[in-house]
Amino acid sequence: MTTLIQYLQYFLNGITLGAIYALIALGYTMVYGILKFINFAHGDILMVGAYTGLLTYTALLGDSTNGAWMLIAFFLAMLVSMAFCAILGMFIEKVAYKPLRNANRLAPLLSAIGVSFILSNGAAWIFGTQSRRFPYPFDDTPIVIAGLSITPHQILTIVVSIIMMIVLTSFVNKTRMGKAMRATSLDQPTSELMGIDVNHVISMTFAIGSALAAVGGILASFDFRVSASMGTMTGLKAFVAAVIGGIGNIQGAMLGGIILGILESVGAPLLGIPSSLRDAIAFAVLIIILLVKPDGILGKNEREKV
Amino acid sequence: MSDTLLTIDGISVKYGSIEALHEVSMSVKRGDIVSLIGANGAGKSTLLKAVMAQVPLSSGSITFEGNEICSTKKHGRTTHQLASLGMALVPEGRHVFADMTVEENLDMGAFLVRDSKEIDRKKEEMFDFFPILSQRRKQKTRSLSGGEQQMMAIARALMSSPKLLLLDEPGLGLAPLIVQDIFHKIRKINEEDKVTVFLVEQNARMALKNSTTGYVIETGNIVLSDTSENLLNNEKVKAAYLGE
Repeated sequence: MTTLIQYLQYFLNGITLGAIYALIALGYTMVYGILKFINFAHGDILMVGAYTGLLTYTALLGDSTNGAWMLIAFFLAMLVSMAFCAILGMFIEKVAYKPLRNANRLAPLLSAIGVSFILSNGAAWIFGTQSRRFPYPFDDTPIVIAGLSITPHQILTIVVSIIMMIVLTSFVNKTRMGKAMRATSLDQPTSELMGIDVNHVISMTFAIGSALAAVGGILASFDFRVSASMGTMTGLKAFVAAVIGGIGNIQGAMLGGIILGILESVGAPLLGIPSSLRDAIAFAVLIIILLVKPDGILGKNEREKV
Repeated sequence: MSDTLLTIDGISVKYGSIEALHEVSMSVKRGDIVSLIGANGAGKSTLLKAVMAQVPLSSGSITFEGNEICSTKKHGRTTHQLASLGMALVPEGRHVFADMTVEENLDMGAFLVRDSKEIDRKKEEMFDFFPILSQRRKQKTRSLSGGEQQMMAIARALMSSPKLLLLDEPGLGLAPLIVQDIFHKIRKINEEDKVTVFLVEQNARMALKNSTTGYVIETGNIVLSDTSENLLNNEKVKAAYLGE
């Protein structure tokens, strides 16, 4: 018999998982908003982010067991990983997508799948197929409050995700470049008339999306371990989250991520299905959303005024 | 500096095998309001798009302030570079950023202006000039009426203090009184702010009454050009475009 407390626990775990999905979903949705194209290599960026974070962290840490330095090293590793993935994202866009911008819509999609294979197989070649554990940069003993347990890494995940989302939201709404990004996703030819260099905006979009994926990848590796194939399922789920929220919509990606995380975590015990079938929930939700509200929860279905 | 701001020299534009513009030549003098009139599908919008490098030329060249900005050679200026030279186009159908507020739209118009004080000053100037926009400043542009959207699109183009304002059918789909108001504003912009204006319009009477020089385009060819006053009295123009 599952008790209320247990459900609350699943709910809490779901929020943590959902925060990770949300961070990754943002990259899908921002790129879609501007290029109307699903970047299927985005999931593998998070894997590269996790490896970069892990390698940087272990290198910075060395033999040190100093608690403060562990935390500092962890955040430094996260920054290095964000920067590396941002550059990688821009590079992939220049090489694999930009030359195909005026091609048939299917061409960049296939190119993205190709990039995805290159990244995941490349990682398997370099790092092997054994998955690795991302060491906690702190003591991860759960804290129990009123029967609910929360681990420090869950707190870290939630806090970091909230900070990232606040920074992104204010960037997009307040800064000159952020507004240019929104304008470009609304009307590209008119944005160019305003003097906006659309190629530059597209590069920035890939950089930001990839940096967020790096953070998502590092946070995900506490729960899923680091491996060359870690990006596939997590990336796919984040894509589902972006569709649930309304693809192209930034708030939608955040909301969709959290909702999907909670549904996955609470859904399995609620429906009485084994947790090994948990992945099926995400895709069942995707099918339902596509049938009921294909534009997603926050997607708009309005006609433009002419 | 020469007296001519914009020179269009024998440009042709093709959409596939269809020639939308055939060796079109015209010029826009500094300080003038030049209107290009013609029927639907005559090539008016294509001409403005060609000037802003939104469609490629198949022959000819375009010169702005004595510099060649566009030709059939591969490395012409891109649209956003032309904006930084001081050319602003208000596109047909307004193309406001519907999900952004009026103020954000104006911010986008001032994308190339780096000085935030200058942007604020320019915004207030626009709100004085178009008082209705001042009341709507925090509203999503989607909720504005057609006439308000047109004024906002013009204000947005003026935010960059352009030397040349290009207008594509500013009166399209608007009530006659509002069209009159918009043309009145266009004249004021030209007289008070010394902005050179090049507009294309189906509403020939309104366009010619409010411009100094006029061109008539038919199926991709310039067939007539004169002062607007003379064109208003031209029998052919009267019969074909003024319904007299």
